[in-house]
Amino acid sequence: MRLYSIFVYLFLYIPIGVIAVFSFNAGRHASQFQGFSTQWYGKALNNPFVMDALQTSLTVAFFSALCASLFGTMAAVALQGIKGPVRTLFDGLIYIAVMIPGIVIGIATLIGLVTLFDLVNPAIAAIWPEGAKPPQLHMGMGSLIAAHTMFTMALVVIIVRARLAGMDRSLTEASSDLYATPMGTFRQVTLPMILPGVLAGFLLSFTFSFDDFIIAFFVAGSETTLPIYVFSSIRRGVTPEINAIGTMVLAASLIMLITAQILLRRGEKRKS
Amino acid sequence: MNKGEYTPGREGGGKKIIAELRAVSKRFGDVLAADDLNLAIEEGEFLSFLGPSGCGKTTALRMLAGFEAPTDGEVLLDGDVVNKLDAHLRPVNMVFQHYALFPHLTVAQNIGYGLKQRRPRPSKAEIADKVAKALDLVQLKGFEDRRIWEMSGGQQQRVALARAVVNEPKLLLLDEPLAALDRKLRKDMQIELQNIQRSLGITFILVTHDQEEALSMSDRVCIMRAGKIEQIGSPQDLYDRPRNRYVAGFVGSTNFFDGKVANVSGSVANVTLGNGQDVTGEAVHDLHPGQDVTVSVRPEQISLSTKASDGSLPVTVLNRIFLGEHTEYLVRHDSLGDFLVLAPRLAELNEGPFNTGDVLQASWDAGAALVLENN
Repeated sequence: MRLYSIFVYLFLYIPIGVIAVFSFNAGRHASQFQGFSTQWYGKALNNPFVMDALQTSLTVAFFSALCASLFGTMAAVALQGIKGPVRTLFDGLIYIAVMIPGIVIGIATLIGLVTLFDLVNPAIAAIWPEGAKPPQLHMGMGSLIAAHTMFTMALVVIIVRARLAGMDRSLTEASSDLYATPMGTFRQVTLPMILPGVLAGFLLSFTFSFDDFIIAFFVAGSETTLPIYVFSSIRRGVTPEINAIGTMVLAASLIMLITAQILLRRGEKRKS
Repeated sequence: MNKGEYTPGREGGGKKIIAELRAVSKRFGDVLAADDLNLAIEEGEFLSFLGPSGCGKTTALRMLAGFEAPTDGEVLLDGDVVNKLDAHLRPVNMVFQHYALFPHLTVAQNIGYGLKQRRPRPSKAEIADKVAKALDLVQLKGFEDRRIWEMSGGQQQRVALARAVVNEPKLLLLDEPLAALDRKLRKDMQIELQNIQRSLGITFILVTHDQEEALSMSDRVCIMRAGKIEQIGSPQDLYDRPRNRYVAGFVGSTNFFDGKVANVSGSVANVTLGNGQDVTGEAVHDLHPGQDVTVSVRPEQISLSTKASDGSLPVTVLNRIFLGEHTEYLVRHDSLGDFLVLAPRLAELNEGPFNTGDVLQASWDAGAALVLENN
């Protein structure tokens, strides 16, 4: 049994390990190791296309995570006050949102947004003053952020809900008993208590958005995120430079996931 | 409550009524948690709600705090009806059963929380000063910057108390505050709570299921059952003149004998017990001949002797427990069953101590037995 699980882990992590190892390859071939070097990291970081894509990815990840943690927390807090079948329905919808395959979200978002733009753009043009060029809504940064916000928001709702559920109800009662207004109670008690969950939700959302390829591929328009850049360069062959980018993305994602875990753990400990 | 049974715990009267429940009921779905509660709370008194879980005592407390609104009736604070006033607007503070201290704040921040919500907000120095005084009061000087989870259960209890009293509330509500503490700490805290109450003069309202806690600390005890108030009175009142069998059973330990009223003259009733034996006892309330009643005799009021006397009961000693000042005997009467006798050390100088298996005569003074309604 133990041997079996070792094989499972090897199967999962050897490909990732190989990429990390070959990112330090001195030679230009991805298949044979010709000595240690960090030159590909330098190359990747000096490649303007990579840096552009990275900047796009970071911007999208940051803003979508911000929106997701804001709206997700609001939804979680509001759901706390709802009971009965409505609550069950919302709970179900949120879990479904997490489990729907990315490709479905991608296609659905693409079709939805294109339909919306087709409706809205003529309307804007109609009310726009004569002579000036009316703005056109189109796929790009905005649609990327919107699509990522949608699918990461469900994650935030789930994480924050778990923290809210674990919070002693008598804490908010005590705050109210000590003359705090409902808003004051939220600000001084509820929010600090769920903050680790909100931060963890932000980091997870950031990571999911940063790593997402499928949804971004559909809704990015002319924008290029880092995963899209990697995907398109692979068609020209796997280079150690790609390996270096992959390794950096992996390291960044791991750091964020671990930070999120630590935040959640620490929150747990404080509660008791 | 029937008329004439309201028994204020203090002499003199004329005390200001700080809070009042008027015909208050609370319904949760099909459950009537509080049923027509009438109660006037005097300024500065220590009042306890005593009863088993689910008797409505916590509901009564939560209606005073503002966490529940009564379905019927009126809750008054300082003369004003406050039924619709939210908890954060009531000059009332609560010590929660599990303390409900804020884990993300320090001890000082917890205690200063209520002061900080005041508008206009008191100055930092003023808050710090009051917090320091409150900490001093509960003997936690120097613990200002501790985190809640670094404190022991007893210390957390004190912080919770300080957090409430620092606001100088009109009512301090305590919801089973000592339930989570071990026996020794509970004893100490009982004395301390009483001292704090006396020194601050704040009205304390305690909810508890522990009769010893209620009797030892309170000026008045309000005994509840199934959402209703059974009896309100000073601990001594309840002990000496319980309204019915339920109250007598809840306050102190006692022996019950079932019987039927033979005749009543004034406050003395003659009761025929199950075995045909006649006993005389004090009728605490109006009784009529033929009524099924309970005769209650406290264990310390029964004496044991080897000699028979008029009306004494032949019993066999089943068990003896030495308690120091007293010895507790469990004795058996052939037809009346088992009951407890508490013999003081002094009495044992004349006769006894007795041993398991001894055949003795049990008796009590005519005035010692109480004849009570059954319900």
